[in-house]
Amino acid sequence: MLSETVTSMTTVPGPVAPEQAPRARDGVRATPRGTGPRPSARPRSRRTRRAVLGFLGVLGFAATWELFALAEVVNPSYLPSFTTTARRLVAELGEPRFWSTLGDTLITWALGLAIAVGAALVLGTVIGLVPFLRRATHSTVEFLRPIPSVAIIPLAVLVAGLSREAALIVVVYAPFWQVLIQVLYGIADVNTVARDTARSFGLGRAQRLRHLVLPTALPYVITGFRLAAAIALVLTITSELVIGNPGIGRQIDLYRSAPDAPGLYALVLVTGLLGLLVNLGTRAIERRVLHWHPSVRRETPR
Amino acid sequence: MADRTPLLSVTELSKTYLSATGPVEAIRSISFDVYPGELVCIVGPSGCGKTTLLKCVSGLLPPTSGTVTLDGAEVTRPPATMAVVFQEYGQSLYPWLTVRDNVALPLRARGVPRAERAAVVERALEEVGLSHVLRTYPWQLSGGMQQRVAIARAVAYQPEVLVMDEPFAAVDAQTRADLEDLVRRVWKDLGVTVLFVTHDIDESVYLGERVVVLSASPTVVQEDLAVDLPAERDQLGTRALPRFTELRTHVYGQIQRAKRGEQVGAA
Repeated sequence: MLSETVTSMTTVPGPVAPEQAPRARDGVRATPRGTGPRPSARPRSRRTRRAVLGFLGVLGFAATWELFALAEVVNPSYLPSFTTTARRLVAELGEPRFWSTLGDTLITWALGLAIAVGAALVLGTVIGLVPFLRRATHSTVEFLRPIPSVAIIPLAVLVAGLSREAALIVVVYAPFWQVLIQVLYGIADVNTVARDTARSFGLGRAQRLRHLVLPTALPYVITGFRLAAAIALVLTITSELVIGNPGIGRQIDLYRSAPDAPGLYALVLVTGLLGLLVNLGTRAIERRVLHWHPSVRRETPR
Repeated sequence: MADRTPLLSVTELSKTYLSATGPVEAIRSISFDVYPGELVCIVGPSGCGKTTLLKCVSGLLPPTSGTVTLDGAEVTRPPATMAVVFQEYGQSLYPWLTVRDNVALPLRARGVPRAERAAVVERALEEVGLSHVLRTYPWQLSGGMQQRVAIARAVAYQPEVLVMDEPFAAVDAQTRADLEDLVRRVWKDLGVTVLFVTHDIDESVYLGERVVVLSASPTVVQEDLAVDLPAERDQLGTRALPRFTELRTHVYGQIQRAKRGEQVGAA
């Protein structure tokens, strides 16, 4: 069941266009940053309300879990109560071994993500800029892209043994296609007027790449990166569970066979928190890098 | 005028697009000359290939036949002494660059040293009345202000020929009047040659020293008309002159004839 969920999560969907807000219309005067009135108190109170609601949601989830466990709907040795799990989580946080395990997971994740993004950026730019290569690779990309990363685990183990290298093959595979597709679409999205402008002002090929093509592709790349970061995390945990390279995933499997249900659940919570942090982090990067993009900028009254 | 050599010559220019459904003749044959320091307006009915003409003139599009010569050399790629202002300022300015960086980009690409660049950019923005928005992003400005930024970028490029493709088609009437006066002022201040394409008859007469009227597609030059209005123009006075009304009525008539497909021999 686990691998089924993972499979559906790690097949790469089609390109995701960065959200487009309508362009500023004529005569509509946007407020220059910092000089206009600050956003009114209304959005801030809305943000507070959202935070409170979010907190209530978490509280509700914990309470439901606690009630379920106390009512012994499931055998308590399979489902410890929330408080037991939470106490165990705090205890884990005090263990140096927990942190080294977490470190292993993060290293595999970061390495895999970096390789995937780096390779996709370079290859995507080259392929995207050469129409011949784009046409020649199109069907191959469309064939390889939907193969779930999880399906290549046996192949990876065959090639690299039960090692971090094998895990990296799995972790790199799906995010690589995800980012590659985004880069290809981003580079193809250069506006004709923007390109004519660059050409008429004498920008050469390399300068157009730097000042026009790459900034145009950036929103696509960032979207790809955000999705890739989440997928890579899922794949890191999966490979640790299946291949057995050191990390949170392997530790979860060890606790399962111990059996140590509170430890198992505590680590599952850790993976959830990791996913949350990765998402928050990539969102923050997105807001920072794309502050000029219609999906991020807020100044325009609407 | 006859003793001067033209700065820009368009000679029997034609453009036929090859499309999946067969060839589409956008321009049949256009010839006209622009002399140094002139402000020439090109006006024609919608769909007559004004933008195609401009793309050929600015070296962005190869013509099917005929030539464009600038300073005696045939234009085969965007010339370094020509700057273009596009109608779509929202796409022509880069949203990831501030106003200052947008104006500076062509200079940066050309390798102008930083200090000199800053000075030129500042002067250009001053010329268009925008020296207070250096660090703003174009999308934070109104449409009219964005087009001023695009004009400043062209001015900073220090071209011999300034080509403008319906630059004010997307701004409101009051802003448009201000921008028209701005173009006249820039033209006078910098002594640059301006080729201004528009579909607006009043605008062509108000701005131009000469108006080249194009026919409907397949396009030829319908008339090449000298505008004998006083050099000092202002929105109220000039537009109230009987001569202004005569000229605009004349151009209007020519365009109507062009739309009906009547060929009146080119002047």
